[in-house]
Amino acid sequence: MAEELKRIGKTLGESLRERGVSRRGFLKFCSATASLMALPPAMAPAIAASLEKAKRPSVIWLSFQECTGCTESLTRSHSPSVENLIFDHISLDYHHTLQVASGAAAEAAREAAMHENEGQYIVVVDGSIPLGNPGYSAIAGISNLQMLEETVAGAAAVVAVGTCAAFGGLPQASPNPTGAVSVSDIVKDKPVVNVSGCPPIPTVITGVLAHFLTFGSLPELDSLGRPMVFFGKSIHDRCYRRPFYDKGLFAETFDDEGARKGWCLYRLGCKGPMTYNACATTKWNQGASWPVESGHGCLGCSEPNFWDAGGFYNALSIPDSDITRQAAYVAGAGVALGAAAGAINRNKQSKAASAHETVTIDDLDKQS
Amino acid sequence: MDFLLWVRGPGFDIALVVFLIGILIRLLEVLILGRKPDHSEPRGAELGAGLRTLMTRTLPEQGSFKRSPFTVVGGYIWHIGFFITLFLFVPHIELINATLGLSWPGIASNLIDAVAAVTIVTLLAMLFSRLSHPVKQFLSGPEDYLTWLVTFLPMLTGYLAYHRMIDPYPLVLGLHILSVELLMVVFPFTKLMHAFTFIFARWYNGAMAGRRGVQS
Repeated sequence: MAEELKRIGKTLGESLRERGVSRRGFLKFCSATASLMALPPAMAPAIAASLEKAKRPSVIWLSFQECTGCTESLTRSHSPSVENLIFDHISLDYHHTLQVASGAAAEAAREAAMHENEGQYIVVVDGSIPLGNPGYSAIAGISNLQMLEETVAGAAAVVAVGTCAAFGGLPQASPNPTGAVSVSDIVKDKPVVNVSGCPPIPTVITGVLAHFLTFGSLPELDSLGRPMVFFGKSIHDRCYRRPFYDKGLFAETFDDEGARKGWCLYRLGCKGPMTYNACATTKWNQGASWPVESGHGCLGCSEPNFWDAGGFYNALSIPDSDITRQAAYVAGAGVALGAAAGAINRNKQSKAASAHETVTIDDLDKQS
Repeated sequence: MDFLLWVRGPGFDIALVVFLIGILIRLLEVLILGRKPDHSEPRGAELGAGLRTLMTRTLPEQGSFKRSPFTVVGGYIWHIGFFITLFLFVPHIELINATLGLSWPGIASNLIDAVAAVTIVTLLAMLFSRLSHPVKQFLSGPEDYLTWLVTFLPMLTGYLAYHRMIDPYPLVLGLHILSVELLMVVFPFTKLMHAFTFIFARWYNGAMAGRRGVQS
């Protein structure tokens, strides 16, 4: 415990050097972070200087209605990498999946971290919060809602990791049996950063934390509370297959000539045009590839309601309902109504014809 | 996003119902009425004359071109531009394919973009001309401005959506779909019905003249 406290006292720079990260490697990470966050290159030394001096901030990670995919994404991504070490060098004081302690000891760790770093710590949340029966999801007998409210009270900022925490995600998908809501539906008085994605890109999380360590503030956010630097451009705008879209060259099936030639996947249901995320530029698995590069359209996983946004394999412009069948029914009804209207008109016509009276010259004379 | 889901779901369903039922009622109530039987002896064939008139009334007529070249040229430009953007843009073809099972190749998106820009400018110029020309202004009623608006909005919102000029994208895409739904709802009950009735009208004019052996 004493050693742990001593370690917390160390700066990030010291800690990294202890772990065998060279100065060169560290600066490389700082430059990459600067360019990733669209900061001018001159900012890299400033980031390095700030990170060198930064004390390890306390992070409390709360997992609610989630699948642990977000944690998997982070811990198994580029390990070991500088990003991972940065992650090591925040003080992750509470995390169900990763911490050794369990039961009462685990909860005690959370409470201790909250007391020691009152007003300073960062709360990371993955998973949505059920507002239905509190028993749908509880930890150590504490409902998710209660734990979130309690923990966030003394936090400096909240990072909602993954689409479930950011927008409700899969648990909120229709018919939303647990009454799941997002973090920002509950937390109104603290800054909330949404790092959406199912799962989110690891670099985006480390980027947000690096920004916090460097500037002591959270990055600029878009209208959905996501960091602009990563979510400012759509997948479609950054997609290397975009020229094929513009030329009108589309894969029609997953194994036709167009698919083999790497043409646009719009017709196969790619949701790239409505999805904002950094996949097209940062990619996955150490930059190895990303969904569209591997031949599958984007599912739109970083957007709210992506589960209910129509079929994954329907083109974005196609309405959700079974319109062919509906159009057939409606056309049938239209023909019936049209025929009825026609019959009424004919009836009127024949009545008018039978009521028609011939006017003679004498009649006209009488009237005038 | 909720808005986009609504316009793609219930919104589109409502618009489709109104559009299809409206058009079928409007067409059938006229067609079923029919014409009085003509007992006179025909002096010529109806078929050739009908088809010819269908064609000739679609092509520009010299007299009206000389009198108001702007109206004629502008009318052609925006009608053709509208059809190109509507029927040759790939996302639109996908929608038609999903509804009717008919598919055809589209053209490059940046070509569509250029055509759309020309169409939008032409539509604005046509409105300006309608407002500034005393005769056109006198002849125009609220319905003319309404039909202009519901035709213009899908073009404008489509252009904004393609260029992502409104943030976020699901909002502007939703606005585009909503504007089309507005067009679909207004369509059967206004002079926009000419898109269907022009065929019968031109055919009838030609066929009637052909039967009488006169020029149409």
